Formats: sequence, structure tokens, C-alpha cells
Amino acid sequence: MGSVPTKQGRFGLYGGRYVPETLMPALLELEKEYSSAKKDRRFQSELAYYLKHYVGRPTSLYFAQRLTKRLGGAKIYLKREDLCHTGAHKINNAIGQGLLAQRMKKLRIIAETGAGQHGVATATVAAMFGLQCEVYMGTEDMQRQALNVFRMRLLGSTVTGVDAGSRTLKDAISEAMRDWTTNIRTTHYILGSVLGAHPYPMMIRDFQSIIGRETRRQILAAEGRLPDCLIACVGGGSNAIGLFHAFIRDKKVKMVGVEAGGLGVASGKHAARFAGGKPGVLQGTMTYLLQGDDGQVNLTHSVSAGLDYAAIGPEHSYLRDQGRAEYTSVTDDEAMAAFDLLAREEGIMPALESAHAIAYTVKVAPTMKKNQLLVVNLSGRGDKDVQQIANMRGITL
Amino acid sequence: MTSKLDHTFATLRQRGEKALIAYVMAGDPSLQDTEQLVVELEQAGADIIELGVPFSDPIADGPVIQQAAERALRSGTSLRTILSMVTRLRARTQIPLILMAYYNNIHAFGPERFCHEAAQAGVDGVIMPDMPPDEAGPLRGPAAAAGLPLIFLLAPTSTEERRTFVARQSQGFVYYVSLTGITGAKLHNMADVAKNVEKIRKVTRVPVAVGFGVATPEDAAKVAAIADGVIVGSAIVKQIAAYGQKPEMVKHVAGFVRSLKAAMRAAQSKPR
Ligand SMILES: Cc1ncc(COP(=O)(O)O)c(C=O)c1O
Repeated sequence: MGSVPTKQGRFGLYGGRYVPETLMPALLELEKEYSSAKKDRRFQSELAYYLKHYVGRPTSLYFAQRLTKRLGGAKIYLKREDLCHTGAHKINNAIGQGLLAQRMKKLRIIAETGAGQHGVATATVAAMFGLQCEVYMGTEDMQRQALNVFRMRLLGSTVTGVDAGSRTLKDAISEAMRDWTTNIRTTHYILGSVLGAHPYPMMIRDFQSIIGRETRRQILAAEGRLPDCLIACVGGGSNAIGLFHAFIRDKKVKMVGVEAGGLGVASGKHAARFAGGKPGVLQGTMTYLLQGDDGQVNLTHSVSAGLDYAAIGPEHSYLRDQGRAEYTSVTDDEAMAAFDLLAREEGIMPALESAHAIAYTVKVAPTMKKNQLLVVNLSGRGDKDVQQIANMRGITL
Repeated sequence: MTSKLDHTFATLRQRGEKALIAYVMAGDPSLQDTEQLVVELEQAGADIIELGVPFSDPIADGPVIQQAAERALRSGTSLRTILSMVTRLRARTQIPLILMAYYNNIHAFGPERFCHEAAQAGVDGVIMPDMPPDEAGPLRGPAAAAGLPLIFLLAPTSTEERRTFVARQSQGFVYYVSLTGITGAKLHNMADVAKNVEKIRKVTRVPVAVGFGVATPEDAAKVAAIADGVIVGSAIVKQIAAYGQKPEMVKHVAGFVRSLKAAMRAAQSKPR
């Protein structure tokens, strides 16, 4: 397996740049600017500075002793991205792209958000760097993540509701792309996951790969060996690729991505792209996509807004085709049960997205040996979901 | 290879006219209506018809065409039923018909099968708003084999390098997007459009048509003065939406198209 992507942004068959011509020059410029920033010592040290002092990195790799004991199999470590400033891994990317925006002298930034975590991270970075910020969010997501909508507004950002299609993440991305097309000369689009046209999937992977680099160091320090298995939830796939990337060449380290099984794959109400999809093109990239026979994109369902999306990052399609990573799904109910379990066993409330990774851990850890090591990416904290969980349980706060 | 589009532009040039390219969303409100619209719009003066293929996630379109796509999808329209309509239309009219389709619809149909069946049905060209020539590799062979022109787009943001690259690959005509934005936005900088059209002419001999933001007979006349073709989309789709299923819809839209063409002709006959 060579290094991906290619110069054209291809991960095998996947990726590329399927965008209107208006955006092409901006994507080419972004690619150039990013590759020069990547080699620029000053940019890298600035990025490192903010990640350390503002985000609070490195995040800890925490041995979940009680969960391990309860499940009775592999030794479980949690990579605590929930401890990042703003509560999820999303800020690793937002800081990186915020610095790039300034480098390109783009003083207005836009973003899409599903769960609101990327929106909050972008709004936060915008406030900190003094940039103007507008965040697009499906109106369905605005309802289930009302707390994050208010947080973004408190941070000085404009939140614009998107009422089209399924009124979720996919529609927010389309609207952000339309804004970018219109305001391309003044605006940088901070996409929140390893999606969209090249160079986004590569660049966002690079910004998130700090997760895996730290994990590698931390597990070697704690255990003197690499983990047997990595587990992460996969919406677009940025927290997963962030954890996986530093381990890709370590063939003995198994990697599992967990998609949203919603009400069950058989019900059709889910976001399990590998179970129900086939390759197609959505929002700039070729990848596995939930679609009908005629190429219309299907509506998706997940209890977790951050996983509720019809396509998956192109590099994941590639890793799956190569057999380097495996993908599975868990249902809404399994994720909800995992939320409770982690809250009660470890005193950690995971984001509903991350709860999907925990739910798969619940299934797989007991089948593993006690001396085997599991690392689960705890991509975010569950504070944002408390209101939604209360509503689901018929409790008024 | 000369295509029907080449022929249309050449004939118009001889007559001292510019091409009016009318966009309608296929299947909005129904494919029967679209079929009737094509016939009537030709009568009203349209030289080329662009048939939108409805897609669930049209990133290059503003609300007017987004909603038209939603209506078309609700009426059960798909690429397959659109191609059947084109076959039926070919018994009634020979006006050039081009499809405007997001790539995923073509990808799902199968690029090779699409080129073959589209050409067979009587489609004269394809525009894909989310497919720059950089990604068109898999379509090029099948399109050439079927004799189906691939029409590419240029934008105000295109650099000189891209202008040359894209214009040289575009067949039939080059679609110049008049503004940085999505369909249905307002066109305000005509001088800028003129400058860019001139720049495109320097790198290719295929005709240049201008679209996005051309909404009124006055706009159409102004664009006709500088380009070979005038593409009107959202403004027509808006009229279709306003009348919907009402029996006078086709007549009304044809009237609007007639006024566009009349303004273009008047502008052309005036000495420059
Ligand atoms: C906490 C958390 N985890 C995971 C995700 C899913 O995104 P990705 O797959 O890019 O990590 C989100 C997205 O909103 C999130 O907020």
C-alpha cells in the first residue's frame, strides 16, 4: 500500500474533486497553501502551540479499569478526545484550518455542522483568531442539538438553519458549498470531516492524525507494545482516521470503524454506508454512498447527529477495499446502552457518536484475551446530548 | 466530427443570431409537461433546450432549481424516464437537447451505458455541473464512441491556465458561468462577463454560451451582444413553478421565451 492520496486526491478508486469549476481554483490554491504550510516550521510550531495551550493536548490515554473488569476480556484504553477544549476532537482540525485561513488572508470562515461539535469548534477558533464565522446546520439537527446552537451564538457566530432535504448534515454541507461558491474570494470553508473534494480528506486527516501519534507514544509508554485493536466511530470518519493513521503500517494492529446502525440495517433507517451503500459521488468526492438505484441519495437515520450522513470519507472506502480496516455498525439502542454503561462504570458520559465505539467495544472486548489491548477513541463528551436523552426518556429538564 | 450543436451555432451565425438556450427541469411538474414544453419552446424561439436531470443534492443550484428538482423527483422522474421522453420527442422535433446532470446520476446509470443510450435516444450533449474535465476521464472514451459532446464550464474564478485547459476540452460550446455563485443569483457585472468571454475566445474556437443570472429579456439582449449563446434557467423554472399544473402553464412559459428571443433579435439587428 503506497502513500495516499495521489496528487489528484485519489485513494485508490475514491476521492477526487467533483466540484463546480468556480471552486476548482480555490481547491487548487488551498492544496498549494496547505502543502507549503505543512513544510513551514513557523506554521507547525504555531499549530503545536495552540494544540498544547489552547486545546489542552496531549489528551490522556486512560486505562478504563472498571469497564475492562466488567466486560472481562481485553484491556481497554480510552483516548480522551472528550477532554479537548470544546469537548471533541473536532477542534484539532478547526485550529489547523483557522491558521490556514489566516495565511490565505481569508477573514470570513464558514462551516457545516451535524452534532454541532464542529460548529462549536469552528465558532471557538473564529472568536479566538478574530474571524467572522457563519455555521450551516440542518433544522432537524438544530432541534436535537439546541444547546450547541446556543453555544455557537454565544461565541459570536451566525447559525443558519438549512431546511432542505433531510434537514441534517448532508444538507448543511450542500448549503455551505453554495455559500463558498458565492463568496469564494473572501471566505474559507472549514469542512469538519474527512469528506469533500481534495485536499480536504487529506488535510483533515493530517490535522487529526495527532490523535494516533499521541496514542502510539502513550500506549508504548504504558504497555511497552502496540495495541491489538483500535476502535472508533465513523461519521465522515475524521476521528477514526485520526486514530488509525499512525498505525496503518503496523499490520498487526487491527482497526475497526463503527457506523451508525440506526434502527437496524434491515430497517433501511441507518447510516451504515458499507452495509447498505455502493460507490458514488456526493459533495465533491467519490466514495461509498447510501443511494437508490437511480443515484438519488438516500435519507439516513441515527440517534447521533454526527454519524447521520449518507457518505463516508474516501480514505475509509480505500482502507476497506484494501482489507486494512474493518467496518461494522451498532444500533441506536446499543449506543444508548453503551452511554449508560460508560457513565456508570467510569464516570464518563460519551458523546452519542463515541457511544457507538463503546457499544462495539462491549461486543468485542469479552471475545478477546485478557492480555490483549484495545484502544477506543472517545471522540467527544456527552454534555451536548443530555437534553436529547432526557427528551427521549420523556423527562423535562 | 461535427455535431448537431455545431450545426445549430453555425446556422445561427449565418443568420446573424445568437442561440437562446432554455433550461427546464425534466419532470417538473411532470414529464408530459416537459415534453409539451420542449415542443412549444422551440416554436417560441428557443434554439437549444437544456433538460435538467433532477438530483437529490444539487450543490450548484439555488432554491428555484432545487425546488424544481424536488418536484421532479416527486413526480417519479429518473434518468431512464427522461431518456424515454427524449426518444418520444424525437418523433416530434429535432431541436438540440442537452442534459444537465450531476455526475452521480450518470455514475449510477453506468457511464458507458449512459453515453450509448443517451446518444441513441437523441441527446445532443451533456453538461455536468459537478464534473470538471479533470475528473472526466472515465466518460471521455464512451462519449467519443457514442458521438456525445461533453460540455464543460468556466467561471469568473478560473485562472488563465484553467481557461485554456477547460475550453480546449469542451465540445459543442463552452458554458461560461457569469457570476461566482449558484443558479438563480443576480447578474450585475456585464463588463466583467464581456471581458471573460473575450478571453475564452482567444483560446478556443467553439462557441461560448453564458448562463447563471440571466433573468429578463433585457439581460438576454445584453448577453447576446457579447456571447454566442444565452442560457436562461431559473427565470423559466420560476414561471413553470408559478403556473404548475394549470392548463395555461405551457402557453405562459412559451410567451416568456418568445420575449427573450425577441429582445435578443432586436439587440442583434441594432448596429453595434
Ligand atoms: C464527538 C463526535 N464524534 C464523532 C463525530 C463524527 O465525525 P467523524 O467521523 O468525522 O469523527 C462527531 C461529529 O459531529 C462528533 O461530534
